Amino acid sequence: MEFITNCIDILTQYWPSFFLGIKTTLLIALSGTIIGLALGLLVGGIRAIKLDKSASSSIKIIKKIYDTIAWIYIEIFRGTPMMVQAVFLYYALRPIFNWTYIPAGIFVISVNTGAYMAEIVRSGIQSIDIGQTEAARSLGMSNMQTMMNVILPQAIKNAFPSIGNEFIVNIKDSSVLMIISITELMFQAKSIAGSTYKFTETYFITACVYLCMTLTTSLILNMIEKKMNHTKTTLPQSDTFAQTMNLAKEQPNNERAY
Amino acid sequence: MKELIKINDVHKKFDHLEVLKGVSFDVYKNDVVCLIGASGSGKSTLLRCINLLEIPDSGEIIVDGQNILHTKDINNYRAKVGMVFQQFNLFNNMSVLKNCMIAQQKVLKRNASEAQEKALYFLKKVGMENFIHANVTTLSGGQKQRVAIARALCMDPEILLFDEPTSALDPEMVGEVLDVMKNLALEGLTMVIVTHEMSFAKEVSNKVVFMANGIIEEQGNPTQIFENPQSEKTKSFLSRFNR
Repeated sequence: MEFITNCIDILTQYWPSFFLGIKTTLLIALSGTIIGLALGLLVGGIRAIKLDKSASSSIKIIKKIYDTIAWIYIEIFRGTPMMVQAVFLYYALRPIFNWTYIPAGIFVISVNTGAYMAEIVRSGIQSIDIGQTEAARSLGMSNMQTMMNVILPQAIKNAFPSIGNEFIVNIKDSSVLMIISITELMFQAKSIAGSTYKFTETYFITACVYLCMTLTTSLILNMIEKKMNHTKTTLPQSDTFAQTMNLAKEQPNNERAY
Repeated sequence: MKELIKINDVHKKFDHLEVLKGVSFDVYKNDVVCLIGASGSGKSTLLRCINLLEIPDSGEIIVDGQNILHTKDINNYRAKVGMVFQQFNLFNNMSVLKNCMIAQQKVLKRNASEAQEKALYFLKKVGMENFIHANVTTLSGGQKQRVAIARALCMDPEILLFDEPTSALDPEMVGEVLDVMKNLALEGLTMVIVTHEMSFAKEVSNKVVFMANGIIEEQGNPTQIFENPQSEKTKSFLSRFNR
């Protein structure tokens, strides 16, 4: 009982801090996901392009170098904790960008998400049937035209659940950015707990807030996904051609040889 | 009469498997060539070599006096050589109409109204004009294949290649696709068709090429091949269809 009254006390007194934290968390998570997706499309998209055998050797070399750099980028950012990336990049790049916390945080979460997105995009592209590429190429479309018009739209649609999942992960994982003093939800929670000395209650509220954010996001994402899969089909009344053909088939002189 | 495509001693290996062991034949304008033969005999590979989906290891494919294996502008060449696939391969992210328009706009640089007019003309021709706004995933196999044929025709190809166009269809849908192809043959479209539909080959083609083990075992007009085959392999292959 005391637990609940304590919680209510904390909420009534500190709700502006929580609110501020939520705002920053959502800002960082959303912009990080969007920039990360753009980065992932670029890195993963080019990585998935298979060059024609007839491509010139200089293009092949450039592609090879690009693939290697992309591979290193992906492995480094997926293989180290984001907390480490955050402190390292914040201090290492501060002399160059002379940045404040928020841009630094968005930068870190973006390049981190980009590495995961690159793999999501790549596997999304690889999940598209090779026949789609062959059909586009057989019509004379270039590698790039095929990718932009045929493959990527389908790949993104297929990968949408994973892309949305990255957003949810970012809402939670942006909490590690408090290490570089970004005033997101976890940072706020820590300072509230520090001033009230009610650790259990404060972090219980914080957990609930995170849960609310992720559940709402997941709900919204599901709605978008359903909308995307909803095929807008206007089936016509009849396929007159097939009907005529079927009629024709009933005539006896149309049998096939086996 | 000059040949449209001259295929000369084409070889193709996949790793250690030699699929084409020196294949030569010519396609003339208005020809309907049927490639027949058992699975694995190299028919599809040969067809895919003609529009460079597979690059031959050696040999030449001469179109308009030029060896296309040395051409820089593959995309331009492919636009003139249409291809219809066994699995239809319609673009799943587009409507029927858009499927027929996209390459016209991107490759031939036609404007939207021009492309749409062309697409509607050919969709009508294959009897799919009522489906132009349908999502392609909702169509039946036969309908998909007819759209695929219209899509290829929209590029005004000089020659149309068919890679077992009816093999993935339910039996009751084979007829509607073959009928479309028959009409095209009557109109004088040059076609190279890989098929297992022997009666269709007999009826429509003016040249039949029988392949076995990566070489052309026998070629000639349909009467010659079907009524009076010379090679033992041709005889035994065809006997399986005449039960």
